Amino acid sequence: MALQQIDQFSAKLRPETRASVYDGSKKGHEKRTSVLFDHYPDPDHLRRLAGNIKQHVVENLDTLLPAAAAALERNGVKVHWASTAEEANAAVLAIMRARNATKMVKAKTMVSEETHLADYLGKNGVECVETDLGEFIIQIDGDHPSHIVKPIIHKNRRDIATSFEKNGLGAYNDDPQTITRRARAHLRKKYLEADVGLTGANFVTTDTGRLVLVTNEGNSRFCLAATPCHIAMVGIEKLLPRETDLGLYLNLLARSGTGQQLTVYTEFISGPRSATQPDGPEEMHVIFVDNGRTDALASDCREILRCIRCGACLNVCPVYRQASGHAYRSVYPGPVGAVLSPLLAGERFPELADLPKASSLCGACNEVCPVNIPIPDLLLRLRNRGKQEGSKAAAAGTPPMGAWSLLASQPFVWKTSLLAGNSLNYIPKSLIPVPPMQTWLRDRTLPAWRGGAFRKWLANRPTPPAAK
Amino acid sequence: MARQPPYPARRQITPPAPSFLLPAPMPSPRDTLLARVTSALAPLPKRAPLPNWDNELVIMRQARGPVDAWTFFAERLKAVNGTPLASTTDLVATLTQGGWKHGYCDPALWDELRPAFDAAGGFNVETTFDRARIDDYQFCITAATAGIAETGTLVLSDLDTSRRLAALSPWVHVAVLRRAQIHIDVPAAIAALPQDPNVIWCTGPSKTADVEGILIEGVHGPGIQIALLLG
Repeated sequence: MALQQIDQFSAKLRPETRASVYDGSKKGHEKRTSVLFDHYPDPDHLRRLAGNIKQHVVENLDTLLPAAAAALERNGVKVHWASTAEEANAAVLAIMRARNATKMVKAKTMVSEETHLADYLGKNGVECVETDLGEFIIQIDGDHPSHIVKPIIHKNRRDIATSFEKNGLGAYNDDPQTITRRARAHLRKKYLEADVGLTGANFVTTDTGRLVLVTNEGNSRFCLAATPCHIAMVGIEKLLPRETDLGLYLNLLARSGTGQQLTVYTEFISGPRSATQPDGPEEMHVIFVDNGRTDALASDCREILRCIRCGACLNVCPVYRQASGHAYRSVYPGPVGAVLSPLLAGERFPELADLPKASSLCGACNEVCPVNIPIPDLLLRLRNRGKQEGSKAAAAGTPPMGAWSLLASQPFVWKTSLLAGNSLNYIPKSLIPVPPMQTWLRDRTLPAWRGGAFRKWLANRPTPPAAK
Repeated sequence: MARQPPYPARRQITPPAPSFLLPAPMPSPRDTLLARVTSALAPLPKRAPLPNWDNELVIMRQARGPVDAWTFFAERLKAVNGTPLASTTDLVATLTQGGWKHGYCDPALWDELRPAFDAAGGFNVETTFDRARIDDYQFCITAATAGIAETGTLVLSDLDTSRRLAALSPWVHVAVLRRAQIHIDVPAAIAALPQDPNVIWCTGPSKTADVEGILIEGVHGPGIQIALLLG
């Protein structure tokens, strides 16, 4: 029987890659758990609360989005709107062309991965340098991130040292400290030469119009200290209703993502630099990007838009740990990706409709989610949609269920086979002509068949008084 | 080698053709996007309410003990590999020990700090910052806007930081903090966020764990983050 695409990918995974992904995600999960439960008596309560606030945001985007845009504009930010990836990329390019800008330094943003911004700008004569260490390595390798928070979780230090050597960043050296120092020296020149710094945003406060960036390395600070123009690409679901809600989300995001109480740098950006400040952008643009989010909003899976991209569900997922992020063939891997990627794919949904099946529905992703997204429920809804839309990708590797569905949908056939099953109590089990059943029976015994007993009980049960 | 995405970019959605004889004016990108949001939400019978919550919920349960704000702050800063220092003499000793003799200091702070540097001798401290030679400055001293004790966080802002680059590019960054500026926890600091376009919370030195999950400090920002208590 043909395997699901994710199983095919996983079967061919290099053992070193599997080990890197497994160790990295397991460590991340353990750190998260110990920090959250060490610091808070009831982290579960915080998750549910954060989920409820975000659900409010998702269901009130029609009023919150204009409010956020107005707050940003009050702060001197130019706001742009992009319904598609193409429009978002074109908006970035238009801003750059208007400034005769040709060089961009870029901090890590998932939405720019969705729109393939770096490729697009490259084709249009703009040098676009990834500055997050992991993303930088991805860029020089021509690779793709395989984790939302740890983009190079699939690489080991020897892989990285080899690509540094190939790209003229010094002789082979696989010491992580040396690798980091070389990237530091290389990239600070890039910041100082750049015309534009591009970032994403983890949160946007609707009442005060602040963009909040949650980072560790300092590259996004550099993008906003060395360049004269700041462009932020922001998914429309990133809003928080009140600035005070940050107290909840900042505490949850860092602990869930990297097991830190706070990340090293939490940046609150609300406009161009102030008049007294010599460094930083004189111009700031925010591009609100839809790119399929309104499709997800219209679907019965809109809860996925609560996601704050911490990566905790990837780290805990037994399928992600074995298959790695690239197995998901999309920007968002892991359980969140299995829901979000097919939804964002628009009319290409059937091509990714197998992803919701890449789960044992164990529920760990829901349990660790800082915004309590019911991922297993959403996976089931999308499995249903995949079946309804007749997706070939989703059907691959599914055992034929024709006989079972005949049995289960025709009451007469069902009842007859239940009765016929009673004969199993009288014939030796070794005569059952089903090989998998024989394998199963090697180490186990079947209980006595009681087919029909429940139906008999149900038909003759005493009527409860309330139903009279 | 060109980056070939293994997965397709999302296809362009063609807007519906106008149904009138006269072409309707093109809706603005803003109207188009917001219309999609509105129509996606239209079938919802009711919207999820916005819950209120209590700040107490997110306060870490670490015992604060009967210590003052600075002591608590210093303890938490050490927990994230930051360096709390309580006097200019300690600062000069730390810089000397590290061999960091060339630096920049916010001119507004220099008068206060200068005696300790002069007493030690051998320092070259500039009070203007030249972005063409950012790697010349081994240490930079700027003013902090606030501190957060619970997390060991230094708060920087445009209004108080003389140069954004000076607080970011050197190996050693020294933020000058006053006792009265220390907030006890994160909700207090959120409530007191300054009206400033660039507020940065720094919790320890710049770090990454991208390579095999191994912690490396000093990625793009400072490898040594010092909080200097003055007054």
